[in-house]
Amino acid sequence: MAILATLRRNKLSWLGIALIVLIVAVAVAAPLLAPYDPLKQNIIHRLEPPSAQFLLGTDTYGRDVLSRMIYGTRISLLVGFVAVVVAMCVGSAIGILAGYIGGLFDQIVIGVVDVMLAFPTLLLGLLIAAMLGASLENLIIAIAITEMAPFARVARAPTISLKEREFVTAGRALGFSPLRIMGVHILPNMASDVVVLGSLWMASAIRTEASLSFIGLGVQPPTATWGGMIREGFENILTAWWLAIFPSLAILVTVLALNILGDALRDAIDPKLRSENAA
Amino acid sequence: MIRYIIKRLLLAIPTLLAMLTVIFVLVRLVPGDPAIAILGDQATEESLQALRVQLGLDQPIAVQYVDFLSQVLSGDLGRSMTSGRTVLEEVWQVLPYTLELTAAALLIGTAFGLPLGTWAALRRNAWPDYLGRIISLTGLSFPGFVSAILLLLAFAVQLRWLPVMSTATADPLRHLENLVLPAFNLGIIMAAYITRVTRSSMLSVLSEDYIRTARAKGVGPRRLVLRHAVRNALIPVVTVVGLYFGTLIGNSVLTEIVFTRPGLGKLILGALTSRDYALLQGLMVVFAAFIIIVNTLTDLAYGLIDPRVTYD
Repeated sequence: MAILATLRRNKLSWLGIALIVLIVAVAVAAPLLAPYDPLKQNIIHRLEPPSAQFLLGTDTYGRDVLSRMIYGTRISLLVGFVAVVVAMCVGSAIGILAGYIGGLFDQIVIGVVDVMLAFPTLLLGLLIAAMLGASLENLIIAIAITEMAPFARVARAPTISLKEREFVTAGRALGFSPLRIMGVHILPNMASDVVVLGSLWMASAIRTEASLSFIGLGVQPPTATWGGMIREGFENILTAWWLAIFPSLAILVTVLALNILGDALRDAIDPKLRSENAA
Repeated sequence: MIRYIIKRLLLAIPTLLAMLTVIFVLVRLVPGDPAIAILGDQATEESLQALRVQLGLDQPIAVQYVDFLSQVLSGDLGRSMTSGRTVLEEVWQVLPYTLELTAAALLIGTAFGLPLGTWAALRRNAWPDYLGRIISLTGLSFPGFVSAILLLLAFAVQLRWLPVMSTATADPLRHLENLVLPAFNLGIIMAAYITRVTRSSMLSVLSEDYIRTARAKGVGPRRLVLRHAVRNALIPVVTVVGLYFGTLIGNSVLTEIVFTRPGLGKLILGALTSRDYALLQGLMVVFAAFIIIVNTLTDLAYGLIDPRVTYD
């Protein structure tokens, strides 16, 4: 409830929510919204600047940029969402397990997590994606692996203090299995932190997806992805400005919307900042 | 002081070992046979076997690990499989470009971020604050290559103020021209981080008792901010700048590609596309070493800003 109240006060967060709803709607309704088939080549109309017929122009194969951008929304959201959900589930499971078991296992896990946090996300993603080979699944796996560490850290810290609390001791005395204690009694206490972190890292996942697609390690052509479209635009930057600029703006707006929402949510659940938002 | 530095350096050793282990595991996790990846499917079994022996891949994994560690620790980072030069030679050649870019970005980021963040904190919930917050959030949302392309389109393609491609040149002015756009590209993102941290750090410092005391004693507003508040507010900013260094390297990869600049990023991409795993592994070690050095320097910097930090 505190979250809803803070969201109500923070007007900027509504802008974030509205934009996200809009972007999701575009992704879902892509076939209805796109004026052309995103893969249909039309050599007569290649590299045409924006016009009434092609609102955002056409690319080197004469494909409609607007339609490709609309379909690209699907890839960005899909990769961003699935990668973060995987990172969130696996990462927080590892974190809770490390915090609950403690000892040497905890030391090793936290060591690995710190090393992964120290590596630049993009470099790690680049390395893993290059090793696995470019495909949709591998892209998701690569991004999920690079983003696990922060979730493990966020889940581990409260677990260490929660496992000493009475309700956990009571659960243990009642003979609950460790799995049940971790899943039913410890997890709900940090679920909101983990989800908020998720919305911020989804922004990062979409950024990484676009960057990897730009480098050529993402979903392969002819599938329309924002990063891939910007790459084509970059190759024709001197002659066709419209190729790069529109997908760039699409990425920017999507990431910005997620960041705004993530920020507002984080402020909402952080009691230290709550008073600041109220002011 | 000396003791603290030595202690801090000793602490970096386990971190370095952990990083090396992660790199070793990651590179070995490659599905398939690296020998086939290098020579292609058409290679004969003999040449594959010869390459495996050359790369040490015929040894048990534990032996490979010990070999890898002892080589790295004795300063041998391997040899590029495509160019034949050692990894250190390759790195040495492009390092000045990356260092120059990083330093310029840090300078730009600090020059814009610190004043903007301080101003936002002083005018909290007024328009400078909103402006600062929106600018920093937008800066944080840019993937490095998107801002790079937008800058390129605006200042090089449309306005023609600056060159589209960097070309090697001995003329210092031309050299600087080549640096401007990439440095600003990284600098904007850096400034966004610094603005954000400076704002929240200043806000918490400004609400402390000693600031109220100073104000009550009649310290003027300018002196209050510059002399009393900023110094304390800088500590978290330094931490973030240190932590952000990794992201800066990641973004510099993309920046170097878009502006066709030589550098570590270009090198790593080249290693990826030519499947030069030896070079790749060596470069990851170089990055790891960099990150550890910067983290150590960040720790040491605290003492310079905050005299209360004791070195023991």
